[in-house]
Amino acid sequence: MDVIIENLPLYWEGFLRTLFLSVVSGIFALILGTLLAAARVSPVAALRGFSTVYVEVLRNTPLTIAFFFAAVVLPRLGVKFEQFEVAAIIALSTYTAAFIAEAVRSGVNSVPVGQAEAARSIGMKFSQVLSLIILPQALRTVIPPLINILIALVKNSSVAGAFFVLELFGYGRQLANANGDAVITVLLGTAFFYLLLTVPLGILANTVERKVAIAR
Amino acid sequence: MSSVLYDVPGPKARRVSLIASIIGGLLILGLLAWVVMTLAQQGIFEGRRWQIFTRADVWRLLGNGLGSTLSAAALAAVIAFPLGLLLCLLRISDAAVIRIPMRIILEFLRGMPVVLMMLFILLGFGTSAFIAVVAGLVLYNAAVFAEIIRAGIQSLPKGQREAGLAIGLTSFKSRMLIELPQAIRRMMPSLVAQMVVLLKDTSLGYIVAYGELLRAVQVMADFLGTQYLFPIFFVAAAIYIAINISVSRIAVWIERRGSRKAAGGVATANTTADLQVGHAGPV
Repeated sequence: MDVIIENLPLYWEGFLRTLFLSVVSGIFALILGTLLAAARVSPVAALRGFSTVYVEVLRNTPLTIAFFFAAVVLPRLGVKFEQFEVAAIIALSTYTAAFIAEAVRSGVNSVPVGQAEAARSIGMKFSQVLSLIILPQALRTVIPPLINILIALVKNSSVAGAFFVLELFGYGRQLANANGDAVITVLLGTAFFYLLLTVPLGILANTVERKVAIAR
Repeated sequence: MSSVLYDVPGPKARRVSLIASIIGGLLILGLLAWVVMTLAQQGIFEGRRWQIFTRADVWRLLGNGLGSTLSAAALAAVIAFPLGLLLCLLRISDAAVIRIPMRIILEFLRGMPVVLMMLFILLGFGTSAFIAVVAGLVLYNAAVFAEIIRAGIQSLPKGQREAGLAIGLTSFKSRMLIELPQAIRRMMPSLVAQMVVLLKDTSLGYIVAYGELLRAVQVMADFLGTQYLFPIFFVAAAIYIAINISVSRIAVWIERRGSRKAAGGVATANTTADLQVGHAGPV
């Protein structure tokens, strides 16, 4: 227990960096993912094709490969980062965006057909149908899966710890190496901080799911 | 392709769409061209960099890495699935003494990063990297499998269990003979999709120094020289992604086949659609 209390400032710093990575990547991924989903259902074939290929490839790329590419291969190719956080955010948000696009697309498909027909029959064009009628309803149904994706994002941000970013996992690993006699305590401490983020999010997802289920 | 979201395009819309497609295609081509130019400036396309692939030992090392990846994933999947079934049965047990601690354990396992679990087992129990990777994957995925199967059982009509109990089956027999077969068949797409996640997560072994595919790339780049990093990485990533896409395709195929066969005869098109929304796919 002493190890955790002594190193509480380090844990806290790591926790904040994990939070920072998750929030920033989450925002980028939400924007990119929604755009990709809109492209996926759009009338323009090139957009549909691009979105399909992007989602298919990124969803099947192991996150470690994405990180390795952003943090090790890109700098070799001349794309230098001042901080490795940037590489981590690029890897996390491009990876997560693919999953968000899939979730939003399935949400779009879940909106009753009559909604789109009604919107079209009063003369709305595609962009209006999508942004005023379909997406607001779709986003509501996809909130629980979206929260689950964000939970996964928080957990996935731990991979950044292995690629030069000192976040929760990075500090946990450092502390575990420094305190060889208290490895289990140190790592349980790290786990506790992760659960501090993921468990409330999980409860939130369940609550929202129940609310939405009643509304429909 | 017709969609309810927009009219069947007329001549003008088709023209606009064609122009937009061409512009979009040009933009993507431009981006690709920029990438290729940047790569060419780094000398990536010089033949000698790719000549290493004529060497048998490079392929042998890549093959070894791939073998390690696949064997860890296969072993983990084989152990995780029955364990997930067991955890699921405990999680929905009638006895609160079993159910509630189980729920906490599952929440704990699902809420932790897999890589942290691997490190925990590696350092905490001093195991080999292989055991750490497999055990980490087993613990996490068993918890996820348990939750997926539980969702499947809960999606069954109540009457299934009631009928089982009414004809005199014990609670356990009703679960094993009536509910689980239907639940597993119904959740097959999610289960296979989770297998893809498991396969992908094997790459986390790189972080705990397990000699899988990505580690093989790193080792070769260190050994042969960093100028070979990009070619080797490119080939390894392509292999990884190709395998994952194939397994994902199997998941899609099972899903199609499943919805045609209307899983177990009780699922309606409606419930499968609901499930798809709820499970937009594991991450």
